[in-house]
Amino acid sequence: MLGYILRRLLATIPVLLIVAVLVFLMLRLTPGDPAAVIAGDNATTEQIALIRNRLGLDQPIPTQFGIWAGNLLRGELGESFFFKKPIGELIAGRIEPTLSLAFATMLIAICVAIPLGVLAAYKHGSWIDRVVMGFSVLGFSVPVFVIGYALIYVFAITLGWFPVQGYQPISGGFGGFLQRLVLPAVTLSVIYIALIARMTRASVLEVLNEDYIRTARAKGQVERKILFRHALKNAAVPIVTVVGIGIALLIGGVVVTESVFAIPGLGRLTVDAVLARDYPTIQAVILLFSGVYVGINLLIDLAYSLFDPRIRY
Amino acid sequence: MSAEPTLLAPVAAEPVPPARTVLKRLLHNPVVAIGAAVLLLMTLIGLFAPWLGTIEPTAINPSTRNRVPGFERTIRADDGTTTVFKHRMGTDSLGRDVYSRVVYGARVSLLIAVSVASVAIAIGLVIGLIAGYVRPLDGIIMRFMDGLMAIPGILLAIAVVSLFRSGLTSVIIAIIVPEIPRVVRVVRSIVLSVREEPYVEAAIMQGTRLPKLMIRHILPNTIAPLIVQGTFIAASAILVEAILSFLGIGIPPEIPTWGNIMAEGRNLFRVFPHNILYPGIFLGITVLAVNMLGDGLRDTLDPKMTGR
Repeated sequence: MLGYILRRLLATIPVLLIVAVLVFLMLRLTPGDPAAVIAGDNATTEQIALIRNRLGLDQPIPTQFGIWAGNLLRGELGESFFFKKPIGELIAGRIEPTLSLAFATMLIAICVAIPLGVLAAYKHGSWIDRVVMGFSVLGFSVPVFVIGYALIYVFAITLGWFPVQGYQPISGGFGGFLQRLVLPAVTLSVIYIALIARMTRASVLEVLNEDYIRTARAKGQVERKILFRHALKNAAVPIVTVVGIGIALLIGGVVVTESVFAIPGLGRLTVDAVLARDYPTIQAVILLFSGVYVGINLLIDLAYSLFDPRIRY
Repeated sequence: MSAEPTLLAPVAAEPVPPARTVLKRLLHNPVVAIGAAVLLLMTLIGLFAPWLGTIEPTAINPSTRNRVPGFERTIRADDGTTTVFKHRMGTDSLGRDVYSRVVYGARVSLLIAVSVASVAIAIGLVIGLIAGYVRPLDGIIMRFMDGLMAIPGILLAIAVVSLFRSGLTSVIIAIIVPEIPRVVRVVRSIVLSVREEPYVEAAIMQGTRLPKLMIRHILPNTIAPLIVQGTFIAASAILVEAILSFLGIGIPPEIPTWGNIMAEGRNLFRVFPHNILYPGIFLGITVLAVNMLGDGLRDTLDPKMTGR
């Protein structure tokens, strides 16, 4: 087991390294001189040269990558062109809204999608199954922001149950925090529910034909227990995998949802950075999101043996 | 006993069902039929946009800005005659006719869907064939693809878009890049399993040259999965274009795309929701149709997946 963990950890290093190289080259491929951008419009040639020297931009590309990666490992993400602040500080200030949104979304998605998927598999071929499958195809077909605006229109503007936009930190009161979080989290969870429900249904459907389910029925086990204890437990591995893969969708959705609901999180920061061509910030955010995505999927891989004792490493 | 005759039957008669029966099965599948019909309708709308009662989709008219659907405007032609034009879907904040923009938007969205799907598949196919067949390159190519796939798709597209000046081509490139690794994976896994098949080994023993081996014996196996993959890429391309345009980093705002119309309607959404509603409905229906087509194709071409 320990050997497996070590091997998996080592295997993620080349992936992250390639991400880092890609992200680094992205900055170097951009038209224009970053030093000139930082220096501003009124800078003299000497000032630009000084900044170029300070950033190591006069070094050959591989050396530059070395310097940049070294700084990265020490946690120095550089300074934002646009916000004129250290990027680490910038990101730290934006983490809470994004994490809250992501957690709330996951919670809603898992609580809704798994029962729906199990039900659809149990009632295979019935109208419930069709509705769940129909919803899941529909969830993949409507862009996140259209769902967001539709929800705002109905629940915030017409019914007035929730504020239209904005975010309130937890420190400002839990009630207000939750009230502002509901609509964006529901918006973002739609596509995630579609993904998880579909996989749950397929996976449970496969398991329901197994002999041990028939055995459980034969010994008179209650249907609810058969479904949630016997079937769901054995169907867990693909479901957990798709929850992990879905993090990529979630991250993409965060960027859009934060723009719709004017939430000052990392997604909004990404869009602002792109609009301002603030390349160091773009790099940092992409690295962070990719690292989180790879990290969570690594943890899920490692957790398989918890869900399925047959898996031994 | 019953299994015996199939074993004795000539090999050539067995394997792939002829194209006609596949097509027949496809059209009997209601999901495919509906998806294809809706898609055909959207294509026709896009093709015949100028004849569907539209006016110039980029024409700005400051005097009739932000009008609700159904608003009627009198247009005076150069020779003094006047006609009444009804803005079926209202106008946007620059006075452009939303209906015309939505109808013309079908062109751009479908163009993007088709070009992204075909280019991503072409590039992915070549890389996948190389990775699957040229062993020494496999490791390098696949690590590189893993790296690309580790960056969440929309973020990668945003990053690529930020490199270029915004325009149709750069948006198409930005949407293609995240799709390539997925195609490569599918192709590579097919090549890896097919190259162990007896008929491929037999072909190699006969001295079939590599290009012919690839095209005649390996490539045909990738067609069905790639058609399915292609429809899903097309669906996601339409969505990603809309998202990029909506975020203000996509196609230049004067070009009517569904994403751009919605981006334009964002600020005044509370008062004039029609700017988001109508293009949203068109986009949702189109992507739904493409997804239905893809699901149906997958069920038909890969019977193992039926009902999953």
